[in-house]
Amino acid sequence: MIPAKFDYIKASSVQEAIGLLDEHGFDAKIVSGGHSLIPAMKLRLSRPEVLIDISGISGMNTITEEGNEIVIGASCTHADIVKSDLVNAKLNMLAQTAKCIGDIQVRNRGTIGGSLAHADPSADYPATVLACDATIVVEGKEGSRSIAATDFFLGIFTTALAEDELITAIRFPKVTTGNYQKFFQSASRFAVVGVAVVKEGDAVKVGVTGVSDTPYRATAVENAYAAEGSKAAEHATDGVEVMSDHFADEEYRTHLAKVFVKKALEA
Amino acid sequence: METFIGKSIKRREDDRFLKGAGRYTDDIKLKGMTHSAFVRSPYAHANIISIDVSEAQNMEGVVAVFTGNDACGAFGVPCGWQVDFKNGETMREPLHPLLAKDVIRHVGEAVAIVIAETQELARDAAELVKVKYKGLPAVTDPKKAMEAGAPKVHDQWPDNAAFDWCIGNDRAAVEAALANAHHVTEMEYKNHRVAPNAIEPRSYIASYDVNVDKYTLYTSTQNPHLIRLLLCAFALGIPEHKVRIVSYDVGGGFGSKIYHYTEEALLTWASKEIGRPIKWTSDRSEAFLTDAHGRDHVVHSKMGFDKEGKIVAHLTDEYCALGAYLSTFAPAVPTYLHGTLFQGVYTTPLIHLNVVAPFTHTVAVDAYRGAGRPEATYLLERMLSKAAKEMNMDPAELRFKNFIPPFDGVTQPGFQTQVALQYDSGNYEGVLKRGLEMLGYEDFRKEQAEARKNGKLLGVGISTYIEGCGIAPSAVVGALGARAGLYEVGHVRVQPTGKVSVFTGAHSHGQGHETVFAQFVADKLGIAMDDVDIVHGDTDQVAFGMGTYGSRSLSVGGSAIIKSIDKILEKGAKIAAHKLEAAEEDLVYAEGKWTVKGTDKSISFGDVSLTAYVPHDYPEGLEPGLDFSSFYDPSNFTYPFGTHIAVVEVCADTGKVTLQRFVACDDVGNVMNPMIVDGQIHGGVVQGVGQALLEEVVYDDEGQMITGSYMDYAMPRADDIPMIETDRTVTPCPHNPLGVKGAGEAGAIGSTPAVVNAVVDALAHLGVTDIQMPVTPQRVWKAMQN
Repeated sequence: MIPAKFDYIKASSVQEAIGLLDEHGFDAKIVSGGHSLIPAMKLRLSRPEVLIDISGISGMNTITEEGNEIVIGASCTHADIVKSDLVNAKLNMLAQTAKCIGDIQVRNRGTIGGSLAHADPSADYPATVLACDATIVVEGKEGSRSIAATDFFLGIFTTALAEDELITAIRFPKVTTGNYQKFFQSASRFAVVGVAVVKEGDAVKVGVTGVSDTPYRATAVENAYAAEGSKAAEHATDGVEVMSDHFADEEYRTHLAKVFVKKALEA
Repeated sequence: METFIGKSIKRREDDRFLKGAGRYTDDIKLKGMTHSAFVRSPYAHANIISIDVSEAQNMEGVVAVFTGNDACGAFGVPCGWQVDFKNGETMREPLHPLLAKDVIRHVGEAVAIVIAETQELARDAAELVKVKYKGLPAVTDPKKAMEAGAPKVHDQWPDNAAFDWCIGNDRAAVEAALANAHHVTEMEYKNHRVAPNAIEPRSYIASYDVNVDKYTLYTSTQNPHLIRLLLCAFALGIPEHKVRIVSYDVGGGFGSKIYHYTEEALLTWASKEIGRPIKWTSDRSEAFLTDAHGRDHVVHSKMGFDKEGKIVAHLTDEYCALGAYLSTFAPAVPTYLHGTLFQGVYTTPLIHLNVVAPFTHTVAVDAYRGAGRPEATYLLERMLSKAAKEMNMDPAELRFKNFIPPFDGVTQPGFQTQVALQYDSGNYEGVLKRGLEMLGYEDFRKEQAEARKNGKLLGVGISTYIEGCGIAPSAVVGALGARAGLYEVGHVRVQPTGKVSVFTGAHSHGQGHETVFAQFVADKLGIAMDDVDIVHGDTDQVAFGMGTYGSRSLSVGGSAIIKSIDKILEKGAKIAAHKLEAAEEDLVYAEGKWTVKGTDKSISFGDVSLTAYVPHDYPEGLEPGLDFSSFYDPSNFTYPFGTHIAVVEVCADTGKVTLQRFVACDDVGNVMNPMIVDGQIHGGVVQGVGQALLEEVVYDDEGQMITGSYMDYAMPRADDIPMIETDRTVTPCPHNPLGVKGAGEAGAIGSTPAVVNAVVDALAHLGVTDIQMPVTPQRVWKAMQN
């Protein structure tokens, strides 16, 4: 459990971090809480030559209200989100999501930006950022851009982030009519199935994680909801290739997806 | 005067543990110490084509690299127990090499050791060792290993069997009784493989002092003297008096630190080769791959009943995996520690168990908390509950019908089983009655019926276990194939000032010996606990010992100490009589002093101690000193028993099981420290619940372990477990001086079937009769669909 040798640089600004990313390219990795990267490095499954630590960059761990949005700095820990009065009042389902992650120690270290950039197919946040239609704000050497959540996740551990980009913030519309429901994997406590639902009048937006190698919006459920209500949960995995593992094979995971979509629709 | 036996004295050793001041092997740093890392096979079965160590050897900071082609390649670690075929053929026993030479037989088998100045360098250099393998097909399941054409683990034994063994009554008689039985209950299942997961991974430091020609091995072990014996006499052939084994604090073992592992012998050998100390500490990945696992039995069982519900016969056939090589106690676990418990707490008149034990392309299976008895208990208790359902009887009622009646082993004789043992004392109906009362069984059945109407799936599961502890009478285990005696040594040294050092061959790996042993020593001598020190874990300090496993420390180790205390008091009485000018028979010893009966003339323990070491005015012919060592060889095993009852709720949507209540009424004989016994029961129950609901080592078809980290191997956590409700009955052990039976394994033995019985009970109305362990949400949901 000892990683291969690496250099460590603590960046003091976003610009510095981007410059370092540009300089070291594929050999560098951004680290903040380190709760996905460091275990992989200890197993030598990941062996970056340079770690660029962004956890000390000021202004990246704030939670603010900007017009109709709640803006979460990428370096906010899960615990910051759980404890935030603003999030609990105006984006309650995000606090609910963060509370499901790991244990107290993990929540005190792991960050929302790190989790999203890592794009573990069983992570919790993707369901919620998808259902909320959040925007991922990233910065690279070409400047800043915003990526819609629906465009962000490309596959297993793969996102729309360019090599020289890092996530600086996540902008959520205020949502008080949403919830997140999760079935925990018994060993890792990642999501076997995680479902986020946002209700807007008669319409719903449904984000699903853990089920496929890429988190997705369950559009079949969204389309059927007006007509079928929570029975639309039956469409939870329509058109989706469902993952299979030791804890949940395709049949069981498909069933769980329906159960948890229904649960989230009815919550 | 303050007494200590029976009180929940807080553990003295916890102060240093809680402060992070424990002395674990990895905490030790020796002058000039090097570090090591192993190159381990990624294949379960392969031929080694070539090994190129040149790049690693040339790396700066690397001290040495050894492979199976070096001199150490000739050495192997031994097996400590021989179980022969029922036809008389000798057990098949392969060399377990310190490093694999030509053939790989399990994932994680060591191919090379890299020794370097730092741990980091050793790891980096290990990656530079180039091994070419030719992968071969593997077999990991014990039943499949016995099928024709299965991949061979050792070429010289084409059918893979290490032995084919049986116990109990004549098979034909058992089969005949089953054929005539009113009802036969049958089950086929796997008691699956689990990993022990001690919180401290295995850790060793070997050092050789050329000036005195002596080796020292610091090791995280449960039995330092046993390691020394196996290392010296069998693995390396070095003189035993030239080796010191030191094991200060050990962070859990659950059996996995009994065994003599290849790394211990290899480091010891290499420390002399390089002339410097070498440390190796397993990481968690290596622990999953190389610590001996538990269980892994494929079971087919039939139990016959008469129309009253009395068991008339029990026949079981098992395939039990041993792994690629025979670990120290491995052959004993599925045989003499397993089949001998098939009587359970029932009067079953005819019993037969056949065990085929094959080699498999996996790490070894050996004793894991309970060792053979949890597997026996799981079988009996699942069968009883399944039979009750089939015969439309209450599972408690069926057990009451079949219990062996109470016997104290003093005025009534012990109970002779059909499977070689004689139980010491028991009151099996007593613990079930109390357990049912603690639960409120009848009220629960009403609640369950009501809940079921609302679609809520509640279930209750009962388990009434017995186990054999205090291993064991040497002559008995010798006749059963043990290659060692299983006595214990207790040495009591009274210092001139009356302070007492106790040297015990038992060795705590978390149990609390330093507290419990001091409690009874202080009481027996009538002195303060603070005046008693317990010393263990160093072969240069403790004369000899067999170590801690099989819940034996107090019943065997404690009895050895009592023997020495008796000798101390006997000699002390002679000194006291001399000083008091009285006859020995006129003295009584109480509250730390000898008093002449009917007078106020007395002499304290401290004064007698001082006289023993300053013998100016002393009985003629009596040796000075107050220092005795004793060997205690028990006359029988001890037999703790109890009732465990689980209440579960099953989620109808997901199949997830929630353990709502857990009731344990155990009888472990006399209790020295109730808090520590409760703690042992709690820990054991959680491990047993872990096996029932969560834990499982899974190898895929190629022999890769797919549960080799905590991301995939599900350990029980605090929020998986309700408050455990404990109580006890007390049936003293009639054959040891403290009347104790042992409490280390009971929790893990009784709990597993209680949980699975509860889950099946919750789903019985849906036609579910069995679910393979661990009863994961997926398995439960699928059972509900069929």
